[in-house]
Amino acid sequence: MPRPALTYEEIIEQLDVYFDVEFTFIKSEDAAELIVQQTRSIQDFILDLSRRIAATNEELSFQFTLNAIRALEAMDQHMVEAWAMTATDNYDRKGLTPAMSVIRDLDNYVHTAHINACGAVLEEEISVLLPFVQGLSGRKLKIAEADDNMAYTDTETIYLPAITALLEESKDNFLIYKATVAFLWAQIQFGTFRLPFAEILDCDDPDSQLNKITTLEAIRLEACIKRELPGLYRDMQVLKKKTDGHKTSEQREQAYPDGWQRIINQLSADNASIEDTLKCIALIDEITYPAPCCYQGTFKLDQVAVVMSRRIEKEKAYFRIALSELAKESMKKNSDEQDDKEPVIDASTTFDIKTRDEQQQINSGTIELELEGELMPIPDHVRELMTSIIVDFGEIPPEHLHAAGPGEYDMKKYEDEMLNPNDVWQGTYHVEGAELYNEWNFKRQHYHKNWCVLRELEIEPEYDDFVDKTLEKHKGLLKSLRHTFEILRGEDKLLKKQVHGDDIDIDALVEAYGDVKSGMEMTDRLFTKMHKEERNVAVIFMVDMSGSTKGWINEAERESLILLCEVIQILGDRFAIYGFSGMTRTRCELFKIKAFDEEYDDEIKGRISNIQPKDYTRMGVFIRHMTRLFNEIDASTKLLITISDGKPDDYDTYRGEYGVEDTRQALYEAHRDGIHPYCITIDEEAREYLPHMYGAANYSVIDDVAQLPRKVSDIYRRLTT
Amino acid sequence: MQSKALKPEEYFIEDEPYYQSIGDEIAIFEAAYKQSLPVLLKGPTGCGKTRFMEHMAWRLKRPLITVSCHDDLTASDLVGRFLISGGETVWVDGPLARSVRNGAICYLDEIVEARKDTTVVIHPLADDRRVLPMEKVGEIIEATPEFCLAISYNPGYQSVMKDLKQSTRQRFVALEFDYPDAALESEIIVKETGIDAATANLLVKFAHMTRDLKGSGLDEGASTRLLVHAAKLIHEGISPVVACKTAISQAITDDADMMVAMHELSSSLF
Repeated sequence: MPRPALTYEEIIEQLDVYFDVEFTFIKSEDAAELIVQQTRSIQDFILDLSRRIAATNEELSFQFTLNAIRALEAMDQHMVEAWAMTATDNYDRKGLTPAMSVIRDLDNYVHTAHINACGAVLEEEISVLLPFVQGLSGRKLKIAEADDNMAYTDTETIYLPAITALLEESKDNFLIYKATVAFLWAQIQFGTFRLPFAEILDCDDPDSQLNKITTLEAIRLEACIKRELPGLYRDMQVLKKKTDGHKTSEQREQAYPDGWQRIINQLSADNASIEDTLKCIALIDEITYPAPCCYQGTFKLDQVAVVMSRRIEKEKAYFRIALSELAKESMKKNSDEQDDKEPVIDASTTFDIKTRDEQQQINSGTIELELEGELMPIPDHVRELMTSIIVDFGEIPPEHLHAAGPGEYDMKKYEDEMLNPNDVWQGTYHVEGAELYNEWNFKRQHYHKNWCVLRELEIEPEYDDFVDKTLEKHKGLLKSLRHTFEILRGEDKLLKKQVHGDDIDIDALVEAYGDVKSGMEMTDRLFTKMHKEERNVAVIFMVDMSGSTKGWINEAERESLILLCEVIQILGDRFAIYGFSGMTRTRCELFKIKAFDEEYDDEIKGRISNIQPKDYTRMGVFIRHMTRLFNEIDASTKLLITISDGKPDDYDTYRGEYGVEDTRQALYEAHRDGIHPYCITIDEEAREYLPHMYGAANYSVIDDVAQLPRKVSDIYRRLTT
Repeated sequence: MQSKALKPEEYFIEDEPYYQSIGDEIAIFEAAYKQSLPVLLKGPTGCGKTRFMEHMAWRLKRPLITVSCHDDLTASDLVGRFLISGGETVWVDGPLARSVRNGAICYLDEIVEARKDTTVVIHPLADDRRVLPMEKVGEIIEATPEFCLAISYNPGYQSVMKDLKQSTRQRFVALEFDYPDAALESEIIVKETGIDAATANLLVKFAHMTRDLKGSGLDEGASTRLLVHAAKLIHEGISPVVACKTAISQAITDDADMMVAMHELSSSLF
């Protein structure tokens, strides 16, 4: 039986609370008059959203309630909720005015929503488009959203518009994306950018030249695509017909003019190259050309020139250095074994190319490198370099085949291009090189998308005597822990009375004979089998490095880690250790102390020794990152153990209930992925909030910091047996 | 129609198994065989290691006894064990003992899957002793000159937990296998399945695309074996795109986005 609709007074009562009318002076009556006319379910829907938005901003919530009915007439409830969340996201990122404009400009949002419904959205399709373009041969390209809504490439990245909605069906719009990616890939793969940039950009009418090149190259590249990807070529022809409807009649009439057949034949030949395209420019008299197809993209030659010249120089250096290394190894192998001198390699050491296809160097897979008649094994990274060089030049240029002499290249020049993560905080922060994670806003019941910026940083090892002192200090405890943990190692267990096994179970056999003699059937469970218990545990220790751990706590944490590492080795469990700290959502810092694939050696000990207190404790983002790390490995048991001294707390609003709820949500996500979270804390107030975050049985409070080293190992033992 | 049941040591391969060499592996294996050296085959899955062994067994006219190794494999599974039969305990030889006694080729496939305490059982056979100690019956069997031990594994699957110890691997002559080059792989597919060369070429192209995705979303690219499967389906009238999906994409990944991407790649070709 449907519930009765809320009365006007009941609605006013709720809205007054949401809008905080005593302070904001918002008149709830205007909104209430609209809502009271609706059914109870609509009323509940609007009031719930209003409450969630009001947690962000009361005025925004008020405007939402004034427009909600109109929105429901234009969209379904799911879309209306998305519209409301878009407004709050805009508030978070840009402020109140942009957020208000989303609410007020409802028509534009509805129009955009329609485009989103039938269009293809790059953010959603990139997970398919990226492996698609990387599966096509050649250089491993990236895909990114274009700032200016155009489609183009700079030879390393393919830039695409955020949404493509030229056609009515989303699958057709996806096909436009796919065709565009393939076409821009073909530009790189088949040498469009081997053209003389300076000549074109400096000529009298560069725009006209580019138009001609665009049109002619389209013929050549479509012929290449027809040969390489016949299925896609067919789809592209269908796309052309479908998108013809969007052209003007003048554009439709501009099919290739009659005299162009000779040009088309020439550029469609198997071995047609960019040089043939440039030669054909002289054959074109027309001023206007066929309009580009929906998937052709555009040229941005200035960007291409910059990226190419930087890459060509870098790859030449890396390749010649690689040749130098190969030559050294070959010479060492061939020289007298007693000769310890490093062979001297310089530019006179020249390699030769041998190709399996004698006609031309097709790709790096068909090329071999020879040094003085000896075939050289080509490592994977060198083959990748060769692939990229061949894409740029069509061959390995002769000057690349000279090994680099000592000191010929300053590699720092190329390595400096790698941004130092620590520099990012100088000036405006940016997300390049960082990972973005969502954060849960419990009041809004919605995630802040890509909210936290996490960077993994290195800890410099400190080679001091901390480890030795710790082992000495706790040597009694360590001995006892080692003994305890050795017992936990995989045990062999002899299983008796098995149907199959390695040996005969004599006891079972004697019993069976007895059974037969007394007239019973003989059992077939007459064998023994050795069953080996094997642990398959992976554990990550997340160590709080916030400023509050300074002093005793920091020391206790480091000692605990040293003891843990010593004993986990006995068990053979896979383990990793990360420290976490940071300040605000834009600076979440994860310190790698030990990754899963690193051995516990002096360097790791040095890093543990150098763990220092930093800033704040925004836990949710780090738990989400650990979940991602766990999802990359296989283990029957995955444990996430947090060692912390207090509640989640950051410099901004990440504290109190907000911090606890986000951490709780992150732990729930981890648990859903099969990870068992556990918290070890020294915070005496932890019993107030930890059961809510981790669950009643998944935490331990250590009253005495000095007991931390002993307790951590003990807790680990209990958790994993 | 009933299948034949043979003892492993009686299983001689009569018809020549089709095999196209990629280098001089046949000559090296024959030389190792003549010198009674054991052989280790390394290579990705589905690149022809087992087919090579079948071919060599046919060529050398010896029975081939294959053991697929796994982590529950014990030494008894290889050497033999006592069983109860008719109220008596009887010794039954395992595949390794049978091979040694009968001069067969014993092929241990995916040797790294077996535990290391099982793998060491082959050590006396893999060095110049060429004997198999059988402690439970108090015997030592000397291998006949015709006996040959071969093992295989996929180096790409190696983990810290499962790898071949140096004390094992340094007893063997190693042959490295890889997927054939495009032209040869195409030829193999045509020969194995009877499809036309053009379709075979496109299948090989598709395989190369998936191999380019190794490490970028796929653990492994498509093997030659999977291409043969797809070609066989195409030969039976299944559309190439569907054949690529069922025989290749769905076999090598469970990731939904990767499967869609591979579908887009195959539909770009066919």
